[in-house]
Amino acid sequence: MFGIISHKLVASTAGGSPGQPILRAAVLAMMSNYSTATKQIMVREALNSALDEEMAADPTVFLMGEEVGEYEGAYKVRFVNSPLTPVSKGLLRKYGPQRVVDTPITEAGFTGIGVGASCHGLRPIVEFMTFNFAMQAIDHIINSAAKTNYMSAGNINVPIVFRGPNGPAAGVGAQHSQISSHWYSSCPGLKVLAPYSSEDARGLLKTAIRDPDPVVFLENELLYGESFPVSDEVLDSSFCLPIGKAKIEKEGKDVTITAFSRMVGYALKAAEILEKEDLEAEVINLRSIRPLDRSLINNSVRKTNRLVTVEEGFPQHGVGAEICASVVEENFNYLDAPVERISGADAPMPYAANLERLALPQVEDVVRAARRACYRSVPTATTA
Amino acid sequence: MAATAFSASKFTQSFSLNSTRSVDRPPLFPASHPLKTTPSSFLGSTRKLSLSSPSSSTSRRRRRRPSRSPAVVAVSEVVKEKKSKSNVSLSNPLITNEEGLELYEDMVLGRSFEDMCAQMYYRGKMFGFVHLYNGQEAVSTGFIKLLKQEDCVVSTYRDHVHALSKGVPARAVMSELFGKTTGCCRGQGGSMHMFSKEHNLLGGFAFIGEGIPVATGAAFTSKYRREVLKEADCDHVTLAFFGDGTCNNGQFFECLNMAALWKLPIVFVVENNLWAIGMSHLRATSDPEIWKKGPAFGMPGVHVDGMDVLKVREVAKEAIGRARRGEGPTLVECETYRFRGHSLADPDELRDPAEKARYASRDPISALKKYMFENNLASEAELKAIDKKIDELVEDAVEFADESPLPARSQLLENVFADPRGFGIGPDGRYRCEDPKFTEGTAQV
Repeated sequence: MFGIISHKLVASTAGGSPGQPILRAAVLAMMSNYSTATKQIMVREALNSALDEEMAADPTVFLMGEEVGEYEGAYKVRFVNSPLTPVSKGLLRKYGPQRVVDTPITEAGFTGIGVGASCHGLRPIVEFMTFNFAMQAIDHIINSAAKTNYMSAGNINVPIVFRGPNGPAAGVGAQHSQISSHWYSSCPGLKVLAPYSSEDARGLLKTAIRDPDPVVFLENELLYGESFPVSDEVLDSSFCLPIGKAKIEKEGKDVTITAFSRMVGYALKAAEILEKEDLEAEVINLRSIRPLDRSLINNSVRKTNRLVTVEEGFPQHGVGAEICASVVEENFNYLDAPVERISGADAPMPYAANLERLALPQVEDVVRAARRACYRSVPTATTA
Repeated sequence: MAATAFSASKFTQSFSLNSTRSVDRPPLFPASHPLKTTPSSFLGSTRKLSLSSPSSSTSRRRRRRPSRSPAVVAVSEVVKEKKSKSNVSLSNPLITNEEGLELYEDMVLGRSFEDMCAQMYYRGKMFGFVHLYNGQEAVSTGFIKLLKQEDCVVSTYRDHVHALSKGVPARAVMSELFGKTTGCCRGQGGSMHMFSKEHNLLGGFAFIGEGIPVATGAAFTSKYRREVLKEADCDHVTLAFFGDGTCNNGQFFECLNMAALWKLPIVFVVENNLWAIGMSHLRATSDPEIWKKGPAFGMPGVHVDGMDVLKVREVAKEAIGRARRGEGPTLVECETYRFRGHSLADPDELRDPAEKARYASRDPISALKKYMFENNLASEAELKAIDKKIDELVEDAVEFADESPLPARSQLLENVFADPRGFGIGPDGRYRCEDPKFTEGTAQV
């Protein structure tokens, strides 16, 4: 939300419009209702600072993964948004190769090594270059990490964090575009987090590292380069966000839109469009997929009576399906319209640019779904 | 399972598995190689890091060679001997004029195509991940030009040139890269996922190591068809191409074991270009000599100079011949180099410029040119004609791709299943696929 307002402000002040001082005052007035937004940091920097602080605070925390160490190299500004610019920039120089461990390309192997290390007293952060590659290690994430505390009846806990970018980037084809949020969230014993803004990234990552249980931390490659305003509170080294609590990014009364990760940005843009039609959408940033903040979602639905869930993943058994089931179970009589689920297409991600656009949710899809939920007339046939 | 994995043949006689004598063979990198003498704690790295606490870099330093018993001799030694003898009498070159021109044309096609890809990428016509093959052409040409159409090739994301060598038309590959519907995979696969049933190219995989079990399966099919389905003349061979980073991956070892166990007609070709994105092979591998992993599983392991197409071809002949005769798999390690970064998004700042220059001087295309001139196999004019022909071919491919249409909306849900009834029955009781508009999906963009 702040991101959108501050970007708009930049655009308008650049034009030097006469309404400038009024606009600025209005924005400041709005901002003073929330924490004072002082700095803008990129999600990548937020994650990097969180890793840095946690590694400094606790010597048992170490990072391992492919290209986390040396590859941070001399990235000039021109490559700041390269898909290969790592979040671990600068960490190798500060902590050395024994705490920032470059691994060979063996996901199953090094994930297992991470789990073993965490069973025995260390706190590893296992980075996957993308969560697609984590599919080669999923046996260890589920069977070794998630189930060990249970199988050992609390004797051995696994304080590990699995992190990395999740989901489609731009034009990377079927095998690089998988979303795994719903797979991991169906597994008991795991905690699954999906940050959106820099504040989310910092707070949730710190909490994840301090957490005594295995946490799957799903970042998004396309969000790494986006900047969000953060308050001083967020930049403090003890800033943590609790697991299991969602955030209402924008309040509204007509329809609830739930989203996570990159789709929160889309939901917010959709909310802006809906405002012009006098529909006030309440946008919920889930932040935590497992455990889901069911009470917040349900309270919101009790207020608005309509629900739209947005996600990038495949439609069947997605996060939206779980939210829908939860809402129907607890608030059946409050629902005034069927729950609308927006998800990716039910096909592997095509490479062609135009097909990829069709295979992913777009802002217009969210807007249409919200209108449908509010019984506004919407063209029903798919137009070519 | 038969105890003897090797029958008497010229190729295997060099490889006596049970020998324990230590063979005096030249090391992978000669003593003057900078990688061996650099004092930094990161082998293969150009960066010296100042760390506050001493790291245990001694364990990472190149192992002092213990008394080894590598019972396998690199066949490149055999070829070197042959060649040094034949340099004396120019009447005994390794290839004929036609073969030489064919090899030259294939390598130049690979090189020009990849260069054009880079140009097109920076113009925005190509997108996503594009991994170029410049510098490694000798491996693709050396191996694939010996195959028949029915033989299979399985590759990684660096697969454009494998596709071209195998016979997929340049137009089809370029269209695929542009994401057009005339591409070899109708624009659905992209750079990293080239498939062709006609040319038996089984992919194009994004994850390293993923293609190896698939290749092993194709070899399994070949053997099955011969022995179970009794197709006596089915001697199809499969080639699996992959890199040095893959050789630390579990799937690689699992397949080496099964291929040797069942004597599958496959050749595992390691394109060791020393770098896995920014990770030097020496930093990631406990024993960097990959060819040694073959004998550990009961198959010959060979190391060859991958910048020399003729040496590669000689080794390939032996390995493919072995597989075709039913004698089992071979592991061939080709020492090669990629002149460009890992992908077009890789700034490639970790590799030592001196190393790059050294390998650039061993450019396989220039080397073949030189060989052909020295042995009077081709004239300057012939080679220039080939260069021109390839330039036109690549330009034509770009034009074709440019003018081709984007995939139609109705292609979105096509090809998800071979039998589209897999989409199930819709709310109206009919199969969803029976609705002609179904494959368009429901997005409105």
